[in-house]
Amino acid sequence: MDLIAQIEAEQIASLGKEIPDFKAGDTIRVGFKVTEGSRTRVQNYEGVCISRKNGQGIAGSFTVRKISFGEGVERVFPLYSTNIDSITVVRRGRVRRSKLYYLRSRRGKSARIAEQSNYKPLGGAEA
Amino acid sequence: MLRSGVIARKVGMTRLFMEDGRQVPVTVLQLDNLQVVAQRTNEKDGYTAVQLGAGAAKAKRTSKAMRGHFAAAKVEPKRKVAEFRVSPENLIEVGEEIVANHYYDGQYVDVSGTSIGKGFAGAMKRHNFGGLRATHGVSISHRSHGSVGQCQDPGRIFKGKKMAGHMGAARVTTQNLQVVKTDTDRGLIMVKGAVPGAKGGWVTIKDAVKKPAGEGVVYPAALRSAMTEATAAEAPADAAEGGENNEG
Repeated sequence: MDLIAQIEAEQIASLGKEIPDFKAGDTIRVGFKVTEGSRTRVQNYEGVCISRKNGQGIAGSFTVRKISFGEGVERVFPLYSTNIDSITVVRRGRVRRSKLYYLRSRRGKSARIAEQSNYKPLGGAEA
Repeated sequence: MLRSGVIARKVGMTRLFMEDGRQVPVTVLQLDNLQVVAQRTNEKDGYTAVQLGAGAAKAKRTSKAMRGHFAAAKVEPKRKVAEFRVSPENLIEVGEEIVANHYYDGQYVDVSGTSIGKGFAGAMKRHNFGGLRATHGVSISHRSHGSVGQCQDPGRIFKGKKMAGHMGAARVTTQNLQVVKTDTDRGLIMVKGAVPGAKGGWVTIKDAVKKPAGEGVVYPAALRSAMTEATAAEAPADAAEGGENNEG
């Protein structure tokens, strides 16, 4: 393992984040820490994960899209951000793409994603 | 109070997540057997400096002259040698090893290296020229530099005119980079932002010339010998003076 990979692995270990197994198409809820003045609170952001980038590494990120007051909103979160309090999978979707950018041009019925009925956790990971 | 810089190898870039939610892009630089190879003194050379060597070179691949030079200093043959001007009181003994906590977290440094070679580059890439228009009768020369001078008077092209030519592979200094973290065990220095040169290339790090020296600066340098002395003194006494390790 080269030195950079070693440093990144150490950092991931020291951050001690529990990242659930999720992919594009899943509906997820992200607890994001928001600082207002001196106090911080956790704000939930729930939507469809439409892309995951740069894998499981320290540079990994994911995009969550939701429709907020009739307007499509997308937010990109770094996977290991210290601002993320929790990530929970609400629903497993069945999709045939790794990037669901086609959802941007769709609304309502055609923007639905079928639920995956036979989800199997990866290699002993919890559901 | 000019003190020595260090020679480091550029390992690569990564990011660090801070407690307050910030993420910092860092370049990882590694010190590899960084030792003082020679001293330049006022009496002998008319100026004061230390010559440092870093890395490990095979003895059979080292020239006879350099082998003799390293033998005189009683150090292993080094891959890279560089000289740093220091003030007379900051001269370091030959053979001493410099460690990564030479710089404290948050300190500003200047990093010099050889930039990645770009070959023969056009004026747009090399000097950020705008090029010619895409349409309105421009043919073939969309990325050219355009006119290079005036008319019969002066009748020549001024010296230093920015034109296409060789780009990169030159010595570049990036000033005022902040040290984010150091790791003495592995000899790592992480600086915020990018550093000139390719991965595996050699760079030199110096205290920033455009920032005042902070209180955490160690004079004349953070040395391996001082560090082992401090830990040896600390171990039997079991003292709580952990912060004093690096002084001297």
